[in-house]
Amino acid sequence: MKTKGRNFVLYGSILLISLVAPLVLPAYGTQLAFLWVMVVFALTWDIVGGQMGYNSFGNVVFFGIGMYVTAVIQRNMHYDIEEYVHVAGRVDTLASGEYLAGLFLGMGVGAVVAVVIAVILGFCILGMGMRGQYFGICTLGLGVAAGELANGWEYIGAGSGLVTPVFPEGLGVRGAFFYYIFFILAIILYMTLKWLYSGRFGLAVNAIRDDEDKAEAMGIHTTRYKIVAWCISAFFLSLVGGGAGHLIGFIDPTEVAFAGATFGVWMILMAILGGKGTLWGPVIGAVIFHITQELFWTYLFGWQRVALGALIVGIVVFFPQGIMGWVRERWPERFGHRVEEKGVFSVSEGGGA
Amino acid sequence: MESLQILFTAPIFSLQLLIDGILIGAIFALAAYGMALVWGVMKIINFAQGELVILGGFIVFSLNKAGLNAFLCIPLAAVAMFVVGWLLYHIVIVRIVEKDLFISILATFGIAILLQQLMNQVFGADVQVVESELGTWFLFDGNVTVVQIKVVSFFIALMLGVCLAFFMKKTRLGQAIRATAQDARAARILGVNTNKVYATTFGLNGAVCGAAGGLVVMTWVVQPYAGLAYTIRSFMIVIVAGIGNVAGVVFAGLGLGAAENFAGFILGTEFQAAFVFSLLVVILVCRNFKLRLQRSYLK
Repeated sequence: MKTKGRNFVLYGSILLISLVAPLVLPAYGTQLAFLWVMVVFALTWDIVGGQMGYNSFGNVVFFGIGMYVTAVIQRNMHYDIEEYVHVAGRVDTLASGEYLAGLFLGMGVGAVVAVVIAVILGFCILGMGMRGQYFGICTLGLGVAAGELANGWEYIGAGSGLVTPVFPEGLGVRGAFFYYIFFILAIILYMTLKWLYSGRFGLAVNAIRDDEDKAEAMGIHTTRYKIVAWCISAFFLSLVGGGAGHLIGFIDPTEVAFAGATFGVWMILMAILGGKGTLWGPVIGAVIFHITQELFWTYLFGWQRVALGALIVGIVVFFPQGIMGWVRERWPERFGHRVEEKGVFSVSEGGGA
Repeated sequence: MESLQILFTAPIFSLQLLIDGILIGAIFALAAYGMALVWGVMKIINFAQGELVILGGFIVFSLNKAGLNAFLCIPLAAVAMFVVGWLLYHIVIVRIVEKDLFISILATFGIAILLQQLMNQVFGADVQVVESELGTWFLFDGNVTVVQIKVVSFFIALMLGVCLAFFMKKTRLGQAIRATAQDARAARILGVNTNKVYATTFGLNGAVCGAAGGLVVMTWVVQPYAGLAYTIRSFMIVIVAGIGNVAGVVFAGLGLGAAENFAGFILGTEFQAAFVFSLLVVILVCRNFKLRLQRSYLK
């Protein structure tokens, strides 16, 4: 009962703070919105990378796909493509209704496209039983290749990028609007994962991480679970990508959409920083990383990217177990682990992460 | 597909592409040799390989700007990069050498990003090139042009590869490196200081990359963010050739250079990088498919 009450207070206060944050800090709307994007990044990476043990370097592919599909659908719905490309998006502004229709339809279609691509890639890569470092490097190649292809494809703007339609004034502040979209997405993702991890899916996926051959020998359809896990990851990433493209307002093929060297690495890093393979770890990692990153941007003129590189090496080399891993080592009894020490700890509390 | 027709109507053009590709391919093979060395000995896939190449290129560029002869800069860059590799080993790699491959990939990838950004800060984001002041040969009535520096760099790369192979075979240190690659624990028991061997290996890899970078900056261009393509090329070459197969590395490198040149011509240069990375995915999927068909059993 005590844990339940404490959890309720915890969830309630997080929810409340999150709801009022853009109203209290209107100047940081975009940064706050990106905080939730980062949370979604870390959580979606953790499905495949942390819980299933398949360290993907290319999940950013689905982010980019969602971004491009959403922007292209919105463009094609309301504008003449030739004219739009010619003036780089600065045509007459859309009404709120048109904008929303294009945005949500685009996000939906983007999610479907991303899932279809995830299934196809899943059969080619995961279904064939590619594992370990080869899987990691293959997905890395996938991410960069997607960026380079987008870089050369005229229809989606090629190297000069794609400008999204101007945000209509009737919908209020752009940062706050997308803040709530990403916030809801992150909450839905969290709830979905909490439900999935507590059931058969979580057990199966963890079994694949621990020993895939044994899991298969015990009768788990490993290929099916692997592809489903990848699809869930792709689905949420493409949804958040569709929104993020419109929040940034400009889609560059290699710097924004398929940004393997920034978003692609950050999602791994956030999950590791928080503690991969846990539910709360990626969330905590994302929050800490995003704040650190924004501080770097503000205070280290020009050297912020160098500092980020150093941070990546530092975290991976010196802190690979992550915050949750460290907490678990420090206070194992909080996580329901029995500590064998001459009868001092007898009560094992359930719950935890 | 117009460019494909050109190749059929003027076959002499394919010869041009082939020669250019093979000459460039030797540099890829050299960098790949370094990667295979580190992978074989330390069981680490070094994702900072391309950045080490580019850094070598920038060192040659800076020394050349200071007034030194370009060819003299290459050994200097190799020595400097040996030190960089040695330092990198003692600061970072020593802590991940015993850990799993994912950690090592991610850590070296972090080093790659760090080096990229450092080069961007120190040398600027511009594309740089060193003029070698060598001429051009015209063959077949001027239909095929061969830039002399490419030929020179081809032979320098091959020579370096041969020297390295000789070093590994004949010297005491080379033997220690090979012994560590076979079984680090057994080598340690027999009195090999594996820590020193690892540091030397990584330093040697740095030196090889530095020399390769010097050749790249003279035959092609360097740019702070161009490193990843070299890493991926090296990785592909090693995958196709197999670790420890020197002849395979050379042929795979030359083949990749030629294939890339043809793809760049047929698909257009804007898709050349896309071709490299897509080829990686295709190679990995094919390799996996082949492994899946293989059946093994215990006797």
